[in-house]
Amino acid sequence: MTTFTVAVVSAGLSQPSSTRLLADQLAGAVRAAGAARGDRVEVITLELRELAHDITDNLLTGFPGVTLQTAIDAVSSADAVIAVTPVFSGSYSGLFKSFFDVLDRDALVGTPVLLAATGGSARHSLVLDYALRPLFAYLKADIVPTGVFAATADFGSDDAGRSLADRIGRAAGELLSRLSPTDNETARVETDLGPGSGPHHRSGTSDPFENLVPFEQLLARR
Amino acid sequence: MQFGIFTVGDVTTDPTTGRTPTEAERIKAMVTIAQKAEEVGLDVFATGEHHNPPFVPSSPTTMLGYIAARTDTLLLSTSTTLITTNDPVKIAEDYAMLQHLADGRVDLMMGRGNTGPVYPWFGKDITKGIELAVENYDLLRRLWREDVVDWQGKFRTPLRGFTSTPRPLDGVPPFVWHGSIRSPEIAEQAAYYGDGFFANHIFWPKAHFQRLIELYRTRFEHYGHGSADQAIVGLGGQVFMRKNSQDAVKEFRPYFDHAPVYGYGPSLEDFTETTPLTVGSPTEVIEKTLKFRDYFGDYQRQLFLMDHAGLPLKTVLEQLDLLGGEVVPVLRKEFDALRPAHVPDGPTHASLLAAAERAAVDQRNAALEVAGTAS
Repeated sequence: MTTFTVAVVSAGLSQPSSTRLLADQLAGAVRAAGAARGDRVEVITLELRELAHDITDNLLTGFPGVTLQTAIDAVSSADAVIAVTPVFSGSYSGLFKSFFDVLDRDALVGTPVLLAATGGSARHSLVLDYALRPLFAYLKADIVPTGVFAATADFGSDDAGRSLADRIGRAAGELLSRLSPTDNETARVETDLGPGSGPHHRSGTSDPFENLVPFEQLLARR
Repeated sequence: MQFGIFTVGDVTTDPTTGRTPTEAERIKAMVTIAQKAEEVGLDVFATGEHHNPPFVPSSPTTMLGYIAARTDTLLLSTSTTLITTNDPVKIAEDYAMLQHLADGRVDLMMGRGNTGPVYPWFGKDITKGIELAVENYDLLRRLWREDVVDWQGKFRTPLRGFTSTPRPLDGVPPFVWHGSIRSPEIAEQAAYYGDGFFANHIFWPKAHFQRLIELYRTRFEHYGHGSADQAIVGLGGQVFMRKNSQDAVKEFRPYFDHAPVYGYGPSLEDFTETTPLTVGSPTEVIEKTLKFRDYFGDYQRQLFLMDHAGLPLKTVLEQLDLLGGEVVPVLRKEFDALRPAHVPDGPTHASLLAAAERAAVDQRNAALEVAGTAS
Protein backbone atom coordinates (compact mmCIF):
# COMPACT_ATOMS: atom_id res chain seq x y z
CA MET A 1 0.00 0.00 0.00
CA THR A 2 1.27 3.43 -0.91
CA THR A 3 0.10 6.74 0.50
CA PHE A 4 -0.46 9.64 -1.88
CA THR A 5 -1.23 13.25 -1.00
CA VAL A 6 -3.77 15.11 -3.07
CA ALA A 7 -4.19 18.87 -2.61
CA VAL A 8 -7.64 20.20 -3.44
CA VAL A 9 -7.86 23.90 -4.31
CA SER A 10 -11.40 25.21 -4.11
CA ALA A 11 -12.10 28.81 -5.13
CA GLY A 12 -15.81 28.97 -4.30
CA LEU A 13 -16.84 32.12 -2.48
CA SER A 14 -20.30 31.42 -1.05
CA GLN A 15 -20.82 29.21 1.97
CA PRO A 16 -21.85 26.53 1.36
CA SER A 17 -20.57 26.60 -2.21
CA SER A 18 -21.28 24.28 -5.10
CA THR A 19 -17.61 24.59 -6.05
CA ARG A 20 -16.63 23.09 -2.69
CA LEU A 21 -19.33 20.45 -3.13
CA LEU A 22 -17.82 19.41 -6.48
CA ALA A 23 -14.31 19.55 -5.00
CA ASP A 24 -15.35 17.20 -2.19
CA GLN A 25 -17.00 14.78 -4.61
CA LEU A 26 -13.85 14.69 -6.75
CA ALA A 27 -11.63 14.16 -3.72
CA GLY A 28 -13.95 11.41 -2.46
CA ALA A 29 -13.86 9.67 -5.83
CA VAL A 30 -10.05 9.76 -5.96
CA ARG A 31 -9.87 8.43 -2.40
CA ALA A 32 -12.31 5.60 -3.24
CA ALA A 33 -10.44 4.71 -6.44
CA GLY A 34 -7.22 4.62 -4.46
CA ALA A 35 -8.73 2.37 -1.81
CA ALA A 36 -10.02 0.07 -4.56
CA ARG A 37 -6.48 -0.63 -5.72
CA GLY A 38 -5.12 -0.78 -2.18
CA ASP A 39 -3.58 2.68 -1.87
CA ARG A 40 -4.26 5.40 0.64
CA VAL A 41 -5.06 8.91 -0.58
CA GLU A 42 -4.65 11.74 1.91
CA VAL A 43 -6.63 14.82 0.94
CA ILE A 44 -5.70 18.38 1.93
CA THR A 45 -8.41 20.87 1.01
CA LEU A 46 -7.61 24.55 0.63
CA GLU A 47 -10.49 27.01 0.68
CA LEU A 48 -9.10 30.03 -1.13
CA ARG A 49 -11.77 32.21 0.49
CA GLU A 50 -9.92 31.82 3.78
CA LEU A 51 -6.65 32.84 2.11
CA ALA A 52 -8.03 35.76 0.08
CA HIS A 53 -6.41 38.50 2.20
CA ASP A 54 -3.10 36.65 2.42
CA ILE A 55 -3.04 36.16 -1.35
CA THR A 56 -3.60 39.89 -1.93
CA ASP A 57 -0.89 40.72 0.62
CA ASN A 58 1.52 38.43 -1.21
CA LEU A 59 0.72 40.12 -4.54
CA LEU A 60 1.55 43.49 -2.94
CA THR A 61 4.58 42.62 -0.82
CA GLY A 62 6.13 39.85 -2.91
CA PHE A 63 6.25 37.28 -0.11
CA PRO A 64 3.69 34.95 1.47
CA GLY A 65 2.67 35.17 5.12
CA VAL A 66 2.95 32.10 7.35
CA THR A 67 -0.57 30.76 6.65
CA LEU A 68 -0.28 31.19 2.90
CA GLN A 69 3.19 29.66 2.90
CA THR A 70 1.74 26.53 4.48
CA ALA A 71 -0.91 26.36 1.75
CA ILE A 72 1.66 26.94 -0.99
CA ASP A 73 3.88 24.22 0.46
CA ALA A 74 0.92 21.82 0.60
CA VAL A 75 0.11 22.34 -3.09
CA SER A 76 3.75 22.39 -4.22
CA SER A 77 4.57 19.14 -2.46
CA ALA A 78 1.35 17.24 -3.19
CA ASP A 79 1.49 14.17 -5.43
CA ALA A 80 -1.52 15.48 -7.35
CA VAL A 81 -3.78 18.51 -7.39
CA ILE A 82 -7.52 18.95 -7.92
CA ALA A 83 -8.26 22.56 -8.92
CA VAL A 84 -11.87 23.75 -8.85
CA THR A 85 -13.14 27.25 -9.66
CA PRO A 86 -16.48 28.89 -10.17
CA VAL A 87 -16.97 30.58 -13.56
CA PHE A 88 -16.91 34.38 -13.21
CA SER A 89 -17.38 36.61 -16.27
CA GLY A 90 -16.71 33.70 -18.60
CA SER A 91 -13.49 32.48 -16.97
CA TYR A 92 -11.89 31.23 -13.76
CA SER A 93 -12.36 33.54 -10.80
CA GLY A 94 -9.78 36.23 -10.06
CA LEU A 95 -9.02 34.68 -6.68
CA PHE A 96 -8.34 31.30 -8.31
CA LYS A 97 -5.91 32.88 -10.77
CA SER A 98 -4.26 34.98 -8.04
CA PHE A 99 -3.48 31.87 -6.01
CA PHE A 100 -1.69 30.26 -8.94
CA ASP A 101 0.03 33.60 -9.60
CA VAL A 102 1.73 33.51 -6.18
CA LEU A 103 2.81 29.88 -6.54
CA ASP A 104 6.39 29.32 -7.59
CA ARG A 105 6.46 29.10 -11.40
CA ASP A 106 7.93 25.60 -11.21
CA ALA A 107 5.71 24.39 -8.36
CA LEU A 108 3.44 22.24 -10.53
CA VAL A 109 5.83 21.06 -13.25
CA GLY A 110 4.86 17.46 -14.03
CA THR A 111 2.24 17.31 -11.29
CA PRO A 112 -0.96 15.45 -12.26
CA VAL A 113 -3.81 17.97 -12.12
CA LEU A 114 -7.55 17.42 -12.41
CA LEU A 115 -9.41 20.53 -13.57
CA ALA A 116 -13.00 21.27 -12.62
CA ALA A 117 -15.38 24.22 -12.66
CA THR A 118 -18.90 25.15 -11.66
CA GLY A 119 -21.32 27.55 -13.33
CA GLY A 120 -24.93 28.54 -13.57
CA SER A 121 -25.52 26.73 -16.83
CA ALA A 122 -23.86 24.17 -19.08
CA ARG A 123 -23.27 26.93 -21.63
CA HIS A 124 -20.07 27.73 -19.65
CA SER A 125 -18.67 24.21 -19.78
CA LEU A 126 -15.95 24.96 -22.35
CA VAL A 127 -14.27 27.22 -19.76
CA LEU A 128 -12.28 24.12 -18.80
CA ASP A 129 -10.70 24.01 -22.22
CA TYR A 130 -10.31 27.65 -23.18
CA ALA A 131 -9.35 29.07 -19.76
CA LEU A 132 -8.16 26.44 -17.28
CA ARG A 133 -6.19 24.20 -19.63
CA PRO A 134 -3.99 27.02 -21.03
CA LEU A 135 -3.20 28.22 -17.48
CA PHE A 136 -2.07 24.79 -16.33
CA ALA A 137 -0.30 24.14 -19.62
CA TYR A 138 1.74 27.27 -18.87
CA LEU A 139 2.53 25.85 -15.44
CA LYS A 140 3.63 22.62 -17.19
CA ALA A 141 1.26 20.51 -15.10
CA ASP A 142 0.27 17.03 -16.25
CA ILE A 143 -3.41 17.73 -16.96
CA VAL A 144 -5.71 14.69 -17.03
CA PRO A 145 -7.85 14.42 -20.21
CA THR A 146 -11.23 14.58 -18.49
CA GLY A 147 -12.17 17.88 -16.93
CA VAL A 148 -15.35 18.10 -14.87
CA PHE A 149 -17.84 20.91 -15.32
CA ALA A 150 -20.90 20.97 -13.08
CA ALA A 151 -23.82 23.31 -13.80
CA THR A 152 -26.45 24.00 -11.17
CA ALA A 153 -28.75 21.51 -12.90
CA ASP A 154 -26.18 18.73 -12.49
CA PHE A 155 -26.68 18.79 -8.75
CA GLY A 156 -30.47 18.58 -9.12
CA SER A 157 -32.00 16.25 -11.67
CA ASP A 158 -31.38 12.52 -11.57
CA ASP A 159 -30.21 12.12 -15.15
CA ALA A 160 -27.78 15.00 -15.08
CA GLY A 161 -26.57 13.96 -11.63
CA ARG A 162 -25.81 10.46 -12.85
CA SER A 163 -23.84 11.79 -15.78
CA LEU A 164 -21.91 14.15 -13.43
CA ALA A 165 -21.08 11.17 -11.20
CA ASP A 166 -19.80 9.34 -14.30
CA ARG A 167 -17.57 12.26 -15.27
CA ILE A 168 -16.25 12.53 -11.70
CA GLY A 169 -15.47 8.82 -11.64
CA ARG A 170 -13.69 8.89 -14.98
CA ALA A 171 -11.61 11.97 -14.08
CA ALA A 172 -10.74 10.53 -10.67
CA GLY A 173 -9.58 7.29 -12.32
CA GLU A 174 -7.42 9.21 -14.78
CA LEU A 175 -5.83 11.20 -11.97
CA LEU A 176 -5.12 8.10 -9.93
CA SER A 177 -3.64 6.25 -12.91
CA ARG A 178 -0.93 8.98 -12.99
CA LEU A 179 0.06 8.07 -9.46
CA SER A 180 2.08 4.90 -9.73
CA PRO A 181 3.65 3.48 -6.58
CA THR A 182 7.12 3.26 -8.17
CA ASP A 183 7.15 6.92 -9.27
CA ASN A 184 6.03 7.83 -5.82
CA GLU A 185 8.85 5.90 -4.16
CA THR A 186 11.39 7.57 -6.43
CA ALA A 187 10.00 11.00 -5.65
CA ARG A 188 10.22 10.35 -1.95
CA VAL A 189 13.79 9.11 -2.09
CA GLU A 190 14.85 12.22 -4.03
CA THR A 191 13.14 14.38 -1.47
CA ASP A 192 14.84 12.70 1.44
CA LEU A 193 18.22 13.16 -0.16
CA GLY A 194 17.64 16.80 -0.94
CA PRO A 195 19.56 19.15 1.34
CA GLY A 196 17.94 22.04 3.19
CA SER A 197 14.46 22.42 4.50
CA GLY A 198 11.29 23.99 3.19
CA PRO A 199 8.86 22.72 0.59
CA HIS A 200 9.99 19.81 -1.50
CA HIS A 201 9.67 20.22 -5.21
CA ARG A 202 9.34 17.14 -7.33
CA SER A 203 11.51 18.65 -10.02
CA GLY A 204 14.14 19.65 -7.45
CA THR A 205 15.28 22.47 -9.73
CA SER A 206 13.37 25.47 -8.45
CA ASP A 207 15.57 26.21 -5.44
CA PRO A 208 18.26 28.67 -6.59
CA PHE A 209 20.38 27.87 -3.55
CA GLU A 210 20.81 24.26 -4.68
CA ASN A 211 21.93 25.14 -8.19
CA LEU A 212 24.51 27.76 -7.42
CA VAL A 213 27.06 28.38 -10.16
CA PRO A 214 30.53 28.89 -8.62
CA PHE A 215 31.84 32.38 -9.29
CA GLU A 216 34.84 31.28 -11.37
CA GLN A 217 32.32 29.80 -13.79
CA LEU A 218 30.25 32.99 -13.82
CA LEU A 219 33.41 34.96 -14.61
CA ALA A 220 34.55 32.55 -17.28
CA ARG A 221 31.16 32.58 -18.94
CA ARG A 222 31.61 36.22 -19.96
CA MET B 1 30.03 48.25 14.42
CA GLN B 2 28.76 50.89 12.03
CA PHE B 3 25.27 52.38 12.31
CA GLY B 4 23.60 54.58 9.78
CA ILE B 5 20.66 55.32 7.56
CA PHE B 6 19.85 54.57 3.96
CA THR B 7 17.39 56.46 1.83
CA VAL B 8 15.45 55.50 -1.27
CA GLY B 9 14.83 59.16 -2.10
CA ASP B 10 11.15 58.78 -2.92
CA VAL B 11 8.91 61.80 -3.40
CA THR B 12 5.73 60.62 -1.73
CA THR B 13 2.58 62.51 -0.78
CA ASP B 14 2.13 62.82 2.99
CA PRO B 15 -1.10 60.83 3.42
CA THR B 16 -2.06 62.79 6.52
CA THR B 17 -1.91 66.21 4.84
CA GLY B 18 -2.16 65.42 1.13
CA ARG B 19 0.95 67.51 0.55
CA THR B 20 3.63 66.38 -1.91
CA PRO B 21 7.11 67.88 -1.55
CA THR B 22 8.76 69.31 -4.64
CA GLU B 23 11.86 67.61 -5.99
CA ALA B 24 13.93 70.53 -4.71
CA GLU B 25 12.46 70.14 -1.21
CA ARG B 26 13.08 66.41 -1.20
CA ILE B 27 16.66 66.70 -2.41
CA LYS B 28 17.47 69.40 0.18
CA ALA B 29 15.71 67.31 2.83
CA MET B 30 18.00 64.36 2.03
CA VAL B 31 21.01 66.61 2.61
CA THR B 32 19.58 67.90 5.90
CA ILE B 33 18.88 64.30 6.97
CA ALA B 34 22.48 63.29 6.17
CA GLN B 35 23.89 66.20 8.21
CA LYS B 36 21.55 65.32 11.05
CA ALA B 37 22.80 61.73 10.94
CA GLU B 38 26.31 62.94 11.67
CA GLU B 39 25.07 65.36 14.34
CA VAL B 40 23.30 62.59 16.30
CA GLY B 41 26.34 60.33 16.17
CA LEU B 42 25.55 57.93 13.31
CA ASP B 43 28.38 56.60 11.15
CA VAL B 44 26.93 56.09 7.68
CA PHE B 45 24.61 57.81 5.18
CA ALA B 46 23.73 55.87 2.04
CA THR B 47 21.65 57.09 -0.88
CA GLY B 48 19.83 55.05 -3.49
CA GLU B 49 20.33 55.52 -7.21
CA HIS B 50 17.18 55.72 -9.27
CA HIS B 51 16.36 56.98 -12.73
CA ASN B 52 12.58 57.09 -12.57
CA PRO B 53 10.01 59.23 -10.74
CA PRO B 54 8.93 59.34 -7.93
CA PHE B 55 12.61 58.97 -6.95
CA VAL B 56 15.05 61.90 -7.08
CA PRO B 57 18.59 60.61 -6.45
CA SER B 58 19.81 59.89 -9.99
CA SER B 59 23.26 61.39 -9.41
CA PRO B 60 24.71 59.98 -6.17
CA THR B 61 28.23 61.44 -6.31
CA THR B 62 26.84 64.95 -6.89
CA MET B 63 24.77 64.62 -3.74
CA LEU B 64 27.43 62.81 -1.70
CA GLY B 65 30.10 65.34 -2.75
CA TYR B 66 27.89 68.15 -1.47
CA ILE B 67 27.25 66.29 1.79
CA ALA B 68 30.97 65.54 2.13
CA ALA B 69 31.66 69.27 2.18
CA ARG B 70 29.14 69.77 4.97
CA THR B 71 30.18 66.88 7.23
CA ASP B 72 33.37 65.77 8.95
CA THR B 73 33.04 62.16 10.08
CA LEU B 74 30.06 60.72 8.21
CA LEU B 75 30.88 57.76 5.93
CA LEU B 76 29.14 58.28 2.58
CA SER B 77 27.76 55.28 0.77
CA THR B 78 25.18 54.10 -1.75
CA SER B 79 22.17 51.81 -1.59
CA THR B 80 22.69 50.87 -4.31
CA THR B 81 25.01 51.81 -7.20
CA LEU B 82 23.80 50.22 -10.42
CA ILE B 83 26.70 48.02 -11.49
CA THR B 84 24.64 46.72 -14.39
CA THR B 85 23.84 49.94 -16.24
CA ASN B 86 26.58 52.38 -15.18
CA ASP B 87 29.81 52.30 -17.16
CA PRO B 88 32.43 50.83 -14.80
CA VAL B 89 34.92 53.44 -16.05
CA LYS B 90 32.57 56.19 -14.89
CA ILE B 91 31.97 54.52 -11.50
CA ALA B 92 35.75 54.11 -11.00
CA GLU B 93 36.39 57.80 -11.68
CA ASP B 94 33.35 59.30 -9.94
CA TYR B 95 33.93 57.47 -6.68
CA ALA B 96 37.71 57.90 -6.67
CA MET B 97 37.07 61.64 -7.08
CA LEU B 98 34.58 61.56 -4.22
CA GLN B 99 37.07 59.64 -2.10
CA HIS B 100 39.64 62.45 -2.44
CA LEU B 101 37.11 65.20 -1.70
CA ALA B 102 35.72 63.32 1.33
CA ASP B 103 39.14 62.31 2.72
CA GLY B 104 38.35 58.64 2.26
CA ARG B 105 34.89 58.67 3.86
CA VAL B 106 33.41 56.69 0.95
CA ASP B 107 32.25 53.19 0.20
CA LEU B 108 29.68 51.74 -2.22
CA MET B 109 27.03 49.09 -2.35
CA MET B 110 26.56 47.42 -5.71
CA GLY B 111 23.08 46.48 -6.86
CA ARG B 112 21.10 45.70 -9.97
CA GLY B 113 18.28 48.22 -9.60
CA ASN B 114 14.60 47.89 -8.86
CA THR B 115 13.12 48.23 -12.32
CA GLY B 116 13.66 46.38 -15.60
CA PRO B 117 13.29 49.35 -17.94
CA VAL B 118 16.43 51.00 -16.49
CA TYR B 119 18.49 48.64 -18.66
CA PRO B 120 17.37 50.05 -22.03
CA TRP B 121 17.53 53.62 -20.64
CA PHE B 122 21.27 53.09 -20.45
CA GLY B 123 21.59 51.00 -23.60
CA LYS B 124 21.82 47.65 -21.83
CA ASP B 125 20.02 44.34 -22.24
CA ILE B 126 17.79 43.42 -19.30
CA THR B 127 18.22 39.69 -19.91
CA LYS B 128 21.94 40.06 -19.14
CA GLY B 129 21.55 41.42 -15.57
CA ILE B 130 23.81 38.96 -13.76
CA GLU B 131 26.39 38.81 -16.59
CA LEU B 132 26.60 42.62 -16.64
CA ALA B 133 27.04 42.71 -12.86
CA VAL B 134 29.84 40.15 -13.11
CA GLU B 135 31.78 41.68 -16.02
CA ASN B 136 31.36 45.33 -15.00
CA TYR B 137 32.41 44.76 -11.44
CA ASP B 138 35.45 42.75 -12.43
CA LEU B 139 36.56 45.64 -14.66
CA LEU B 140 35.82 48.21 -11.94
CA ARG B 141 38.10 46.37 -9.52
CA ARG B 142 40.93 46.36 -12.04
CA LEU B 143 40.51 50.06 -12.84
CA TRP B 144 40.97 50.86 -9.14
CA ARG B 145 43.84 48.44 -8.57
CA GLU B 146 45.92 48.63 -11.77
CA ASP B 147 47.35 51.94 -12.97
CA VAL B 148 47.27 50.89 -16.61
CA VAL B 149 44.49 48.59 -17.78
CA ASP B 150 44.27 46.52 -20.95
CA TRP B 151 40.87 44.97 -21.03
CA GLN B 152 38.41 43.33 -23.36
CA GLY B 153 34.90 42.15 -22.48
CA LYS B 154 31.47 41.52 -23.90
CA PHE B 155 29.48 44.57 -22.90
CA ARG B 156 31.62 47.62 -23.67
CA THR B 157 34.41 48.70 -26.00
CA PRO B 158 37.89 47.38 -25.11
CA LEU B 159 40.39 49.45 -23.13
CA ARG B 160 43.98 49.79 -24.30
CA GLY B 161 46.50 51.26 -21.88
CA PHE B 162 43.77 53.10 -20.01
CA THR B 163 44.33 54.83 -16.67
CA SER B 164 41.24 55.92 -14.77
CA THR B 165 41.72 59.19 -12.94
CA PRO B 166 42.11 60.23 -10.19
CA ARG B 167 43.72 57.13 -8.73
CA PRO B 168 42.07 55.92 -5.50
CA LEU B 169 43.08 57.90 -2.39
CA ASP B 170 46.32 56.50 -0.88
CA GLY B 171 46.12 53.71 -3.46
CA VAL B 172 43.26 52.17 -1.48
CA PRO B 173 40.03 51.58 -3.44
CA PRO B 174 36.72 52.26 -1.66
CA PHE B 175 35.31 49.24 0.18
CA VAL B 176 32.51 47.55 -1.74
CA TRP B 177 29.35 45.90 -0.48
CA HIS B 178 27.06 43.85 -2.67
CA GLY B 179 23.36 44.23 -2.00
CA SER B 180 20.85 41.56 -2.82
CA ILE B 181 17.36 40.64 -1.76
CA ARG B 182 16.96 37.63 -4.00
CA SER B 183 19.96 36.28 -5.91
CA PRO B 184 22.39 33.76 -4.42
CA GLU B 185 24.77 34.65 -7.30
CA ILE B 186 25.37 38.07 -5.73
CA ALA B 187 26.19 36.51 -2.34
CA GLU B 188 28.60 34.25 -4.23
CA GLN B 189 30.15 37.25 -6.00
CA ALA B 190 30.67 39.12 -2.71
CA ALA B 191 32.24 36.01 -1.17
CA TYR B 192 34.55 35.45 -4.14
CA TYR B 193 36.13 38.90 -3.82
CA GLY B 194 36.02 39.04 -0.03
CA ASP B 195 33.75 42.08 -0.29
CA GLY B 196 30.89 42.91 2.07
CA PHE B 197 27.40 41.50 1.65
CA PHE B 198 24.42 43.68 2.51
CA ALA B 199 21.09 41.93 2.98
CA ASN B 200 18.29 44.43 2.79
CA HIS B 201 15.82 42.22 4.58
CA ILE B 202 13.26 44.92 5.40
CA PHE B 203 10.43 43.68 3.22
CA TRP B 204 10.85 39.94 3.45
CA PRO B 205 10.74 37.28 6.15
CA LYS B 206 14.04 36.30 7.75
CA ALA B 207 14.31 32.64 6.67
CA HIS B 208 15.26 33.60 3.10
CA PHE B 209 17.97 35.99 4.32
CA GLN B 210 19.36 33.47 6.75
CA ARG B 211 20.05 31.23 3.77
CA LEU B 212 21.55 34.07 1.70
CA ILE B 213 23.87 35.18 4.51
CA GLU B 214 24.79 31.62 5.42
CA LEU B 215 25.72 31.02 1.78
CA TYR B 216 27.82 34.21 1.71
CA ARG B 217 29.64 33.31 4.93
CA THR B 218 30.35 29.72 3.82
CA ARG B 219 31.67 30.82 0.43
CA PHE B 220 33.70 33.69 1.99
CA GLU B 221 35.56 31.04 3.97
CA HIS B 222 35.77 28.74 0.91
CA TYR B 223 37.55 31.47 -1.07
CA GLY B 224 40.08 31.93 1.73
CA HIS B 225 39.22 35.40 3.01
CA GLY B 226 38.91 34.26 6.63
CA SER B 227 36.53 32.19 8.69
CA ALA B 228 32.79 32.33 7.99
CA ASP B 229 32.15 34.48 11.05
CA GLN B 230 34.70 37.03 9.83
CA ALA B 231 32.73 37.76 6.65
CA ILE B 232 31.50 41.37 6.39
CA VAL B 233 27.73 41.49 6.72
CA GLY B 234 25.36 44.47 6.63
CA LEU B 235 21.65 44.47 7.37
CA GLY B 236 18.72 46.76 6.72
CA GLY B 237 16.18 47.86 9.25
CA GLN B 238 13.10 50.02 9.37
CA VAL B 239 11.78 51.73 12.47
CA PHE B 240 9.39 54.37 13.69
CA MET B 241 9.61 55.44 17.32
CA ARG B 242 7.93 57.54 19.93
CA LYS B 243 8.58 57.48 23.67
CA ASN B 244 5.24 55.79 24.05
CA SER B 245 4.68 52.71 21.90
CA GLN B 246 0.99 53.40 21.19
CA ASP B 247 1.80 56.92 19.99
CA ALA B 248 4.28 55.50 17.49
CA VAL B 249 1.72 53.04 16.09
CA LYS B 250 -0.99 55.69 15.86
CA GLU B 251 1.23 58.22 14.13
CA PHE B 252 2.92 55.78 11.71
CA ARG B 253 -0.16 53.78 10.66
CA PRO B 254 -1.39 56.14 7.90
CA TYR B 255 2.13 56.25 6.42
CA PHE B 256 2.38 52.47 6.59
CA ASP B 257 -1.07 51.92 5.08
CA HIS B 258 -0.27 54.10 2.05
CA ALA B 259 3.46 53.38 1.72
CA PRO B 260 5.02 52.50 -1.62
CA VAL B 261 6.02 48.81 -1.84
CA TYR B 262 3.80 47.33 0.88
CA GLY B 263 0.97 49.87 1.25
CA TYR B 264 -2.65 48.70 0.96
CA GLY B 265 -1.43 45.20 1.80
CA PRO B 266 -0.86 43.51 5.13
CA SER B 267 -1.74 45.15 8.41
CA LEU B 268 0.92 47.02 10.36
CA GLU B 269 0.68 44.31 13.01
CA ASP B 270 1.21 41.43 10.55
CA PHE B 271 4.08 43.23 8.85
CA THR B 272 5.94 44.03 12.07
CA GLU B 273 5.59 40.39 13.07
CA THR B 274 7.06 38.94 9.86
CA THR B 275 9.65 41.60 8.86
CA PRO B 276 12.25 43.72 10.71
CA LEU B 277 9.91 46.74 10.79
CA THR B 278 9.56 47.98 14.37
CA VAL B 279 6.99 50.58 15.32
CA GLY B 280 7.15 51.38 19.01
CA SER B 281 9.37 52.69 21.76
CA PRO B 282 13.17 53.00 21.50
CA THR B 283 13.42 50.03 23.87
CA GLU B 284 11.39 47.87 21.50
CA VAL B 285 13.64 48.90 18.61
CA ILE B 286 16.72 47.96 20.64
CA GLU B 287 15.27 44.56 21.54
CA LYS B 288 14.28 43.70 17.97
CA THR B 289 17.55 44.90 16.44
CA LEU B 290 19.62 42.91 18.95
CA LYS B 291 17.80 39.80 17.73
CA PHE B 292 19.25 40.30 14.23
CA ARG B 293 22.56 39.05 15.65
CA ASP B 294 20.87 35.84 16.84
CA TYR B 295 19.48 35.22 13.36
CA PHE B 296 22.45 36.27 11.20
CA GLY B 297 25.54 36.20 13.44
CA ASP B 298 27.91 39.06 14.33
CA TYR B 299 27.69 41.74 11.69
CA GLN B 300 29.42 44.97 10.82
CA ARG B 301 26.86 47.45 9.54
CA GLN B 302 23.28 48.26 10.43
CA LEU B 303 21.42 50.74 8.20
CA PHE B 304 17.92 51.98 8.99
CA LEU B 305 15.34 53.27 6.52
CA MET B 306 13.90 56.37 8.22
CA ASP B 307 12.67 58.86 5.63
CA HIS B 308 10.23 57.24 3.21
CA ALA B 309 6.47 56.97 2.66
CA GLY B 310 5.89 60.72 2.82
CA LEU B 311 7.05 61.30 6.41
CA PRO B 312 7.65 65.05 6.82
CA LEU B 313 11.23 66.24 7.32
CA LYS B 314 10.50 67.47 10.86
CA THR B 315 9.31 64.00 11.88
CA VAL B 316 12.33 62.31 10.27
CA LEU B 317 14.69 64.62 12.18
CA GLU B 318 12.87 63.77 15.44
CA GLN B 319 13.26 60.09 14.57
CA LEU B 320 17.00 60.59 14.08
CA ASP B 321 17.24 62.28 17.48
CA LEU B 322 15.72 59.15 19.04
CA LEU B 323 17.83 56.80 16.92
CA GLY B 324 21.10 58.56 17.66
CA GLY B 325 20.25 59.58 21.20
CA GLU B 326 18.62 56.49 22.68
CA VAL B 327 18.91 53.49 20.37
CA VAL B 328 22.33 53.40 18.73
CA PRO B 329 24.43 54.06 21.87
CA VAL B 330 22.85 51.01 23.52
CA LEU B 331 23.14 48.85 20.38
CA ARG B 332 26.75 49.90 19.89
CA LYS B 333 27.64 48.94 23.44
CA GLU B 334 25.75 45.63 23.39
CA PHE B 335 26.95 44.50 19.95
CA ASP B 336 30.56 45.46 20.65
CA ALA B 337 30.49 43.56 23.94
CA LEU B 338 29.09 40.46 22.23
CA ARG B 339 31.43 40.46 19.25
CA PRO B 340 34.44 38.11 19.66
CA ALA B 341 37.89 39.66 19.18
CA HIS B 342 38.62 37.81 15.91
CA VAL B 343 35.52 39.23 14.19
CA PRO B 344 36.45 42.46 12.39
CA ASP B 345 34.71 45.80 12.79
CA GLY B 346 33.12 47.56 9.82
CA PRO B 347 35.78 48.54 7.26
CA THR B 348 36.85 52.18 6.84
CA HIS B 349 39.47 53.91 4.71
CA ALA B 350 41.77 54.01 7.75
CA SER B 351 41.42 50.28 8.43
CA LEU B 352 41.92 49.39 4.75
CA LEU B 353 44.98 51.65 4.54
CA ALA B 354 46.46 50.08 7.66
CA ALA B 355 45.83 46.60 6.24
CA ALA B 356 47.47 47.60 2.93
CA GLU B 357 50.51 48.99 4.77
CA ARG B 358 50.80 45.82 6.88
CA ALA B 359 50.64 43.72 3.73
CA ALA B 360 53.34 45.87 2.09
CA VAL B 361 55.63 45.49 5.12
CA ASP B 362 55.09 41.72 5.15
CA GLN B 363 55.91 41.57 1.47
CA ARG B 364 59.09 43.62 1.96
CA ASN B 365 60.19 41.43 4.84
CA ALA B 366 59.52 38.32 2.80
CA ALA B 367 61.56 39.77 -0.06
CA LEU B 368 64.41 40.67 2.31
CA GLU B 369 64.37 37.16 3.73
CA VAL B 370 64.60 35.70 0.25
CA ALA B 371 67.47 38.13 -0.55
CA GLY B 372 69.15 37.22 2.78
CA THR B 373 68.94 33.51 2.03
CA ALA B 374 70.32 34.04 -1.46
CA SER B 375 73.39 36.01 -0.33
